[in-house]
Amino acid sequence: MEMRAIYAECLKKLMEADRHVVLLDADLAKASGTVGLRKQFYGTQIFDCGVAEQNMASIAAGLSSYGFKSWIESFTPFASRRICDQIAISIAYAKQNVKIVGTDPGISAELNGGTHMSMEDIGVLRSIPELVIFEPVDGVQLRAAMPVLNDYYGAVYVRLFRKELPDVFPEDYKFDLFKADTLKTGTDLSIFVSGMLTKDALDAADALAKEGISCEVINVHTIKPIDRETVLASAVKTRAVLTVENHNVIGGLGSAVLETLAAEKIPVKSVGVQDRFGEVGKLPYLKEVTGLTVENIIRTAKEAVALK
Amino acid sequence: MLFPLTTSIYEDKIQLVNNSNQIKENTELDKNLREIAKDIRCDVLTCIGHLGVGHIGGCLSVAELLTVLYFEAMNTDPKDPKKPGRDRFICSKGHAGPAVYATLANRGYFDKKELLTLNQGGTNLPSHCDMNRTVGIDMTTGSLGQGFSCAVGVALGSKLEGDGATIYTLIGDGETQEGQIWEAAMFAASKKLDNLIAFTDYNKLQIDGTVEEVNGIAPLDEKWRAFGWNVIDVEDGNDIDEVSVAVKHAKLGIGSGRPTMVILNTKKGCGVKWIEELGAGNHNTNVTAEQAEAAIRELRGEA
Repeated sequence: MEMRAIYAECLKKLMEADRHVVLLDADLAKASGTVGLRKQFYGTQIFDCGVAEQNMASIAAGLSSYGFKSWIESFTPFASRRICDQIAISIAYAKQNVKIVGTDPGISAELNGGTHMSMEDIGVLRSIPELVIFEPVDGVQLRAAMPVLNDYYGAVYVRLFRKELPDVFPEDYKFDLFKADTLKTGTDLSIFVSGMLTKDALDAADALAKEGISCEVINVHTIKPIDRETVLASAVKTRAVLTVENHNVIGGLGSAVLETLAAEKIPVKSVGVQDRFGEVGKLPYLKEVTGLTVENIIRTAKEAVALK
Repeated sequence: MLFPLTTSIYEDKIQLVNNSNQIKENTELDKNLREIAKDIRCDVLTCIGHLGVGHIGGCLSVAELLTVLYFEAMNTDPKDPKKPGRDRFICSKGHAGPAVYATLANRGYFDKKELLTLNQGGTNLPSHCDMNRTVGIDMTTGSLGQGFSCAVGVALGSKLEGDGATIYTLIGDGETQEGQIWEAAMFAASKKLDNLIAFTDYNKLQIDGTVEEVNGIAPLDEKWRAFGWNVIDVEDGNDIDEVSVAVKHAKLGIGSGRPTMVILNTKKGCGVKWIEELGAGNHNTNVTAEQAEAAIRELRGEA
């Protein structure tokens, strides 16, 4: 099942249960998967703002000030850098209850190319005080997270890969918005990963195990505030760290982990987009040109271990 | 009926003559309102003079509007500032915060003495409006354009709740240059938010010069009309009678299916000669305590 279908299905339940849950769109309901909800909710709980994301963000804040639980959605570049000031002031500084859903993060924008490819959304938003940044990794986690996000009062950016993702969590998974999840324990290297590359990191860890390198794989679904306790405990145990993300190596998960470990004298290597813009292509091509491949994760993991 | 469901009634400028009955009925109140506007101006001068600097020009230009809203038009209760279904005022030109605070204090939301803390470290009265700090402030504003969109969101919220509140909002003429204003204008008309009454403080000046020199917005009335709004043009936005009548007219637009824009032709720095004469320079300027005291004497007719 596609991530956007799960997202829409969860929103439907939340909207049915509470008429104060409202969704604003900026002409991308089809891409976001919520167009099917319109028959039931349009004009009462769903509103299309047209191609005007800044207005959408501030309207969501206005609705929040009136007691509504606002959700807004667009592609990641337009849900982050385009409305950065509205997120900072109308939403975060004003302490409003708005969930900002950005779909198609990083290279997953595929055929929309460089203009729509947000290599920087986490970096742009991470320095806005009090904003929470969450990136779901599979359908199980997203399903568990949606009601938690809806109930959490505050500003949250949800970085949503919209197509199908392989499950990494079991059905009985217990979600904690502020707690990272250890997917695999290990002793030689800690791999911190978020979003669509999590399965690739697990595959890399399996390959490394065959070569005698024991990797601990931790899914950092909430990049801000980062779960310092879990990150520190694992890094101190393995004494070598690799971060893996579908984002510029500047400003994202890699930076967040580095900031957490700055005083620890533990080597950290990062797999991510090397400070470059995107381009058109399908995922296998884009992974290749940006270095987001299982092979590169394996290679860089070995480099990290060698630095011990 | 005074107001049909079309905008034709708004085409002409407000003719006070046509409303002489209304004005006569309110003579007593109008007189009070005039005094209140003067008090608000004096309090703005006092608190900015105490601090030594501030957005004096755009505070003095909106004293009449704030007086009419808080002392005549709006259904609010200073004793119950969060009362559900209350009318709301969102000052999108957030730098007029000091004028709003002076109004709230005069209306009894908080002690007037608090005005002297304006913009001091730790104050509840920051230069730009902050809903999380100040009793009676319903929206955080200051990044221009955003408060107007927020007000549109609030108007939508009130419609969804069906609570019958009227949402008032104020934008600056310089602020009108923000693209977000027009995004919100389209949305409000498209969603028929006729519970939204907006005002433009059309004082024709912004920080870098006259609005027309910097980036012209005229003809403002035609722009708003073209965006699907009722438009009321007030010849003198610093005349309490004209503003009072304009707000009454604007309220009659509720039910028209269109939001309403009241264009207030105002004078930046209105009421204090030397501040008026600074022109564009009065946007944010130094005001000493002595200058403030002299200005207050001028306003009180004691100079």
